Amino acid sequence: MNKVKEFIKSFGWPRIIISLFLLSLFIIAPFVGVSISTSLSDTIVRFGMNGVMVLAMVPMIQSGCGLNFGLPLGIIAGLLGGTMAIEFNFLGQSSFLMAIVFATPFALLLGYGYGKLLNKVKGSEMMIATYVGFSSVAFMCIMWLLLPYSHPTMVWGYAGKGLRTTISVEGFYLHTLSNFLKINIGDSFLFPTGMILFFILLSLLMWAFFHTKRGTAMTAVGSNAVFAKASGIDVDKTRTLSVMMSTWLGAVGILVYQQSFGFIQLYMGPFYMALPAVSAILIGGAAVNKASIVNVIVGTFLFQGILTMTPSVMNSMIHTDMSEVIRIVVSNGMILYALTRKSEATQ
Amino acid sequence: MSSLRETKFQRILNTLEKNSVPLLFGVIVIFGIPLSGYSLNYLGQEIVVRIARNSFLIIALLVPIMAGMGLNFGMTLGAMAGQIGLIFIADWKIIGIPGMVLAMIISTPLSILLGWLCGKILNMAKGREMVTSYIIGFFINGVYQLIVLYGMGSVIPIKNSSLVLPRGYGIRNTVNLIKIRKVFDNLIVIKLFGISFPIATFLLIAALCLFIIWFRKTKLGQDMRAVGQDMEVARAAGIKVEHTRILSVIISTVLAGYGMIVYLQNIGTLNTYNSHMQIGMFSIAALLVGGATVNKANIGNVFLGVTLFHLMFIVSPTAGKNLIGEAQLGEYFRVFVSYGVITLALVLYEIRKRRDADRSGRLLAQNQMDQREILE
Repeated sequence: MNKVKEFIKSFGWPRIIISLFLLSLFIIAPFVGVSISTSLSDTIVRFGMNGVMVLAMVPMIQSGCGLNFGLPLGIIAGLLGGTMAIEFNFLGQSSFLMAIVFATPFALLLGYGYGKLLNKVKGSEMMIATYVGFSSVAFMCIMWLLLPYSHPTMVWGYAGKGLRTTISVEGFYLHTLSNFLKINIGDSFLFPTGMILFFILLSLLMWAFFHTKRGTAMTAVGSNAVFAKASGIDVDKTRTLSVMMSTWLGAVGILVYQQSFGFIQLYMGPFYMALPAVSAILIGGAAVNKASIVNVIVGTFLFQGILTMTPSVMNSMIHTDMSEVIRIVVSNGMILYALTRKSEATQ
Repeated sequence: MSSLRETKFQRILNTLEKNSVPLLFGVIVIFGIPLSGYSLNYLGQEIVVRIARNSFLIIALLVPIMAGMGLNFGMTLGAMAGQIGLIFIADWKIIGIPGMVLAMIISTPLSILLGWLCGKILNMAKGREMVTSYIIGFFINGVYQLIVLYGMGSVIPIKNSSLVLPRGYGIRNTVNLIKIRKVFDNLIVIKLFGISFPIATFLLIAALCLFIIWFRKTKLGQDMRAVGQDMEVARAAGIKVEHTRILSVIISTVLAGYGMIVYLQNIGTLNTYNSHMQIGMFSIAALLVGGATVNKANIGNVFLGVTLFHLMFIVSPTAGKNLIGEAQLGEYFRVFVSYGVITLALVLYEIRKRRDADRSGRLLAQNQMDQREILE
């Protein structure tokens, strides 16, 4: 009995409630005529789409920079990479690789500046990160209009300049990863092997990094900056590195998302993209200054599972789509829960 | 207290930096006005309207800043309470001033409840009040949608079918407030130099300013400032810190609710699911443009802020159109500036906090050196 209590305490009530909720949705689904295999397949696809962006939370949380509400900055680097790959007309599979190649210098540069900024505002990183994200998205809105893009699939037809709000990646990197070794079972279950493998690869790299000297130093900075400084770690440098990693992962994350989704969303598209990623990792059991790969996997699966299941199940059950409201309450409730946990934050 | 000896240049630089946000905005506006080609009369009228419309909301932010809780992004909670009040009076068809007053009366208990909840949560997240209050705004928005989109018309009776969505429950995207549109603004109007001034609204705002000034001097106001200075010292002095902080959020939320009603009576239509979302951001940006910081804001900042921020807001689309030939650019520019100014003000505040600690350290060193010289 004690073990159960301990488990509940360490896992946290909100997570248990969310897991039970998702489980009950899966149980109810067949009775209201929702196909389990389709739902499961959708959940897995969405898991793959969002996994890397959730993974982008880990380095910054570990180094004590808090939840990366500035994820849109990384997303912008990814958008620049994607649009440039199309602009220079890299067709098919190669465009995905080139998109990552083009995105990388932007991500590292923006991440460097962003990291330097966050070092100057220690203690209120999260608020400032939120607004760095917002203002960079708004700034890029101006840039998307002005930058000299000219590829006919991307610019407005009548003006011949200014990027469209959504750009199809068909013919470029659509389903590059998803279709790699994909498994079809029946006509309703699809397993995007390549996308999941890519996520696993990045997760393994991340795991390996946190077992190197630099990675351990990063964790040390996050758990006790004073102690880390005393043992000769350059705190500011380590934090900057973590921010650069997060930003780069954000850039790659949005490209993975786009290759599955099929469209590049510009302008205000990336505006609220940080919140789902933040709440996903928190649902997975992360705290404001402690996160692991397991948190990413569990959290993304639970969060995306709820997002996929609630609309279909609720709709067939009570003929009302309340999924949007449930999403808002669950995701923001989870963030609030994490922000208000003092004990967890000081562990 | 002796002051830190610095060169004149250092001192000027320091003053410039302290006022950098309003100065930057002043420059933007000075360049923007001729570019937009608007007449001063038109701009003057617009500014008067916007001061009347927005000041009340912005003043609602002052109380939590006094209590050291930073910018209250949770003011959207009050805005939602105000909107619920307006939905009810639109349903009951109560028009004119009585309608407005009734909406305020309905919003009050809701605001108090939400403010109390917000204060409770913020007490659990000391040191990161701003980001927490920001997320609370989102969270309560979910609850608001649950009530307004699903509860109203099904659980909560709504008689007026023109308010309800065709499916039979839930409020429509826009609620027409034509019956209370500008009733308060048009109560007393004085025309001066071709600009009409809504005197009643200005009197209301003046009364609120007096209230804030009076409030600073009350026991509760003093307590709040003490808590804002240093929570532990205040606690040692016997002030109920948590209680005081909750009260400051409640006052702010209630005022934000009233402010939202004043704002919407000027606009005349309620965007049921959007009106409240932007209001926090715009009010905070305006206050910061006026030169306020996270821990220091006064009534002067409010009015300077409204004027500068909204001048930028009015001129930027046409200025963008005349400059580059694209109005859309100006639209994006003002969104960027609204977010950018909050970012800039928050970053500058953090950097200055560090520098002030450094300056006070230098002052201490200087005093000790002086003393040593005297002794020698």
